[in-house]
Parts: sequence; C-alpha cells; structure tokens
Amino acid sequence: MADTAVQLSVTGTRAPGWRGDRGARWGTFVRRHRIAPYLLLVPALGGIALVYLWPLAEMALYSFQNYGLPQITGAAPVQWVGFGNFTATFADAEFWLSLRITVLFAAVVVPLTLVAGTLVGLLLNRLGPKMSGFVSAAALLAWATPPVSGSVLFYWLFNPDGGLVDWALSKMPNWLVGSTDWAGYNWTTTGALPAYTVLTVLVVWTSFPFIAVSTLAGLKTVPAELYEAARIDGASPWRVFWRITYPLLKPIFLVLLLLSVIWDFNIFTQSYLLFGGLANRNEFNLGLYIYDKAFTFPPSYGLGGALALIFTLILLIVTVGYVRSSVRQGALA
Amino acid sequence: MISTRLSARTARRTRRIVLNGVGVLVALVTLFPIIWMVSTAFKPSQEIYSLTPSLLPAHPTLGNFSQVINGKASGIGTVWLFFRNSLAVTVAAVLISSAISLLASVAVARFSFRFRASFLIMLLIVQMIPGQALIIGLFREFDQLNMLQNLLGLIIVYAAQALPVSIWMLRNFVATVPRELEEAAAIDGASALTIFWRILFPLVAPGLVATSIFAFITAYNEFIVALTFLGQAHSTYTLPIYVTYFFGRGGAEWGPIMAASTMYTIPVVIFFLIIRRRLVGGLVAGAVKG
Repeated sequence: MADTAVQLSVTGTRAPGWRGDRGARWGTFVRRHRIAPYLLLVPALGGIALVYLWPLAEMALYSFQNYGLPQITGAAPVQWVGFGNFTATFADAEFWLSLRITVLFAAVVVPLTLVAGTLVGLLLNRLGPKMSGFVSAAALLAWATPPVSGSVLFYWLFNPDGGLVDWALSKMPNWLVGSTDWAGYNWTTTGALPAYTVLTVLVVWTSFPFIAVSTLAGLKTVPAELYEAARIDGASPWRVFWRITYPLLKPIFLVLLLLSVIWDFNIFTQSYLLFGGLANRNEFNLGLYIYDKAFTFPPSYGLGGALALIFTLILLIVTVGYVRSSVRQGALA
Repeated sequence: MISTRLSARTARRTRRIVLNGVGVLVALVTLFPIIWMVSTAFKPSQEIYSLTPSLLPAHPTLGNFSQVINGKASGIGTVWLFFRNSLAVTVAAVLISSAISLLASVAVARFSFRFRASFLIMLLIVQMIPGQALIIGLFREFDQLNMLQNLLGLIIVYAAQALPVSIWMLRNFVATVPRELEEAAAIDGASALTIFWRILFPLVAPGLVATSIFAFITAYNEFIVALTFLGQAHSTYTLPIYVTYFFGRGGAEWGPIMAASTMYTIPVVIFFLIIRRRLVGGLVAGAVKG
C-alpha cells in the first residue's frame, strides 16, 4: 500500500516536458490518427517485403531481361528483351518434359497420399487408445524426419551397391518381380520412371501421416449417433464412408487436397538429393529445371526468372482455390 | 438367441484382432526406414555391405559416430560445429519471428483497419510461392547485402519466411483473449505495455509455443536457401547442408553418413514426441481453419 502511494506521488511530480509527457503526446497522436494497427504491422511487412515481395519483383523484372553471365560479371549491359525468355522457354523441349513430369508426379502422388492417409485416419479412429497412440507415434516419426535425412536414407535403401531393396528383389522369384536383374539395379539414375518410383515411395511415406492425423481430428467431430444409426440400418462401411464421413469431412478433404497438390508440385529437396543433384537432365521436375537454368554455369537469371514466373502462376491458380475455400469458411473473420 | 449373441461377440473379437494386426503392420512399415537408418549407423562396415543383410547389427559399434564427431568422415569438421550453426540459426529465427508475428497478430485480431483483409489474403498467397521460384531473387538480394556466406542472412530469411503462417496461427489465439480483461485493466489505470505483458502475453503463450514449433521445424529442415547461400563456406554449413555435402562427396561410406543423418534426425524426432499432443491439435486447427 505504502509502495503504491510513493509511486503515485512520484508520477505526480513529473515536470512538464518529461519523456513521459512526450510519450503521452505520441500516444494521443497514435490514437487520433488510428495508426496503432499499422505501427504493429510495420516489422511484419518489412520482413515479408524483404523475403517475398522484393525477390518476386526482381524475378519478374529479370524475366524480361537478358540477365546472363556477361551481365552478372558486368561485361555487357542489361537489356530488355520483351517476351524473349518466355518464347525461348516454350520452345525448349526440356521445359515441356519437366512440366509433364511434375504434373504426372503430382497426379500419382496426391491421390496415393490422400487415400493412404485417409485409410490410416479411419483405422486410428477404430483402434483402442493404446494401439492408436502407438500407430500415430510411428506415423509422427516418419513425418518428423527432415527431408534431407529421408532422402539420404531412401537413397541408401534403394542403392545398387548394398541397398536393401535390390537385395530383397533379387531374392524373390521371377514370376513375381519380372526377369530384371535386380541385384545392382540402379534406381535413381537409369531413367525417370524408376527414379520417380523411389521419389513416390519417399513422398507418400513422409506426407501420409499429416493427412491421417487431420482426418482423425475431423472424424472425432462426427457425432457417434450417426454411425450408430447407420450400423443399426445395416449399412456397409463403404456406404457409411461415402454417405456420412465424406460429406461431413468434405471441407477438410478439400483443404488437404489443395495443400497436397501444392506440396507435391513444389518437391525440390528430395528430388535434388535422390537424383544426384543436377546431373540427370532427363529426370528434372520443374523445380530442378528452374534451379539448373538459373545457377548452373553459365547462369541465366533471365531464363530462370521467366520459368519461376510461369511456375508461380501455375501454383497461383491452385492457391486461388485454397484462398477461396478458406475465405468461404470464414477464415478472415 | 444365445448362439447369435455368441457369434456376434466372436465377430467383434475377430474384427478387433484384425484391426490391431493392421495397426501393427502400418506402424512397422512406417518405422522400418528409420530403424534401418539407426541400425546402419551402428553397424561395422563388413556388416553394412554383407551379402545377407540383417535388421539389427550383430556387433554394434560406435565407430561410425566417432568418425562423424572427430570430423574424419566428412573432412570438413566435427558434427558439433554444424549442430552449433543449426541451433544458432534456428533459435534466433524463432525468437525474431515470434516477436514480430505477435505484434502483427494483435493488429489483425484487435483492430479493424482498411487493408486488414487484403493483408490476410496476401499472407495466404505469399506462403504458397515455392522456394525454387523465390531463390533467384533472394540470392541476388542477399548478394547485394553481402550476407550470402554467413548465418545472419539465413536467420533473416528463416525468421521472415515463418511470418505468414505464424501470424495466421497466432491471430486466432489473440482473438480468443476476452477484450473485457484488457478493458478492465485499462480502467484500473494499467498502461498499454502493462496490459500487453501482464494480460495478453500469458494468455497467448500457448499460441506462441505452437508458432515457435512451426518456425523451428521449418528453419531446422530448410534446404534450398542454405544450399544456395552458403556455397563453399564449409564452416557456416547448417546440419542439412553438412549431411548433403557428406552424402554428395562421392565414395563416402554409408555407416558414417547414416550416423550423421541419425544425429541430425534424432533431436527433432524426440522434440516431436514430447510436444505431440499440442502439435497435432495446433496443426490440425491451422490446416482446417486455413
């Protein structure tokens, strides 16, 4: 009590023109002009401008310039080339190959991940608490494994020189695994198909847990009476899923679908490590192709920028779907 | 009557056994690659390249780990150096991004202003832009700032890249703090700063934990920016780039590589298991709400 009294009297004796007074005037200014929210946003906007908006603007600029090795070293001036980089890109067979690979990969991996994840989510919901905890902990470990560790690990599993998968396949009968000589089979540099098979296994392994856990969280919100009623009516599990679970979880599934498409389009780390960096051009996806164009000697920021812009626009189309579904669910409120 | 009830009970028991069996199978298949990584890390080299591989090492050895620790295996230094780099970058990025996103989320959750909705939509859009697309501009920008081959550049990039998702997550936590609490404190004469530290901050702390976890994992795993920025500056490598260098050097042995990759993976795996409950809830809320 005495303490507060002392404090109060101290504040009361502040001379005019003190820091506190100036602080108060600044406070009035902030309140009168309602700039408090903008002040709070300044650091965040600065950060976002630094790592998103500015690089984006630079990328867009380069895509219309002949920014290559002579321009980087200063041997020749930067010139505007209009849509030159875009026409060059569209005329490049490697671009279309990498685009086709990227789209096909997403078209295979997205459904695989969603189906596997949903099945595991349904399983987790039916298991007892202990068993469910064990399975979800195992899934969590796969999900927690950093992409670099996962890639190195799968490279080793599928390695022609002592890898476990080749060993297991070579021990299996021919009628099951075909007549290929599996011992010493090189998965990652033989061609796009075997390389992307490994990548598919790796990506499904890392990403199904997130789908499973999200599905489980959604399933917990479905009233048990609905399932009870369906069971009494003798509905099959297939029918129960499509008539009860799916319609109720549709918003969650939509978000998971869009996120999976975006993630699987963006795969870079795993493909870079599994396919031996930028050494195998016929195995490039869009990410590797952009990186190669921009940074492999001779570097071309112009072509790289044009590609990055095309890639961003493709993803933006998917993102619009994501943003719309978020806004419709009242996320902005 | 009795027989139908009995058969119903048998059916239920069979179903439970089948479900548990499938559960165990799923868990084992999922765990297998990780078990194989750890097991390889403990195997002596003649067991790694044996013609009949075994799941567990017959004669477990710490040799691979000691090669990773004394730096002989990678040739660019002890693993602790890269642990220190990763830890410094990650912790600094988490602290900076938490502070900045807390301020921004207060603005978004407590005030209504002109560009509020546009700001939120912009956050959603920018976080979708792939790293491969941004890296060209980022590389040029940080080259001009002279921050390529040092950890400060990475700290800035990681802190800022975590902002969009962190703000989106934190905003919900701030919005759940009742306004009446702050108003009551204001009537009692508390200053804005006191209200922030004594009322808002403690109540938003769980949200800050969730966003910190997110920022931590993104920074600890980040690959493309570190790969591009750090180049040949070995002493600044973070753990993922160290493992990549080690792995890509050619002719490297799998024992030490798996030991290095185990040491890189284990901390984050243990961390995940500890925070499991909170993590699953927070991420799902984030995913469902956008």
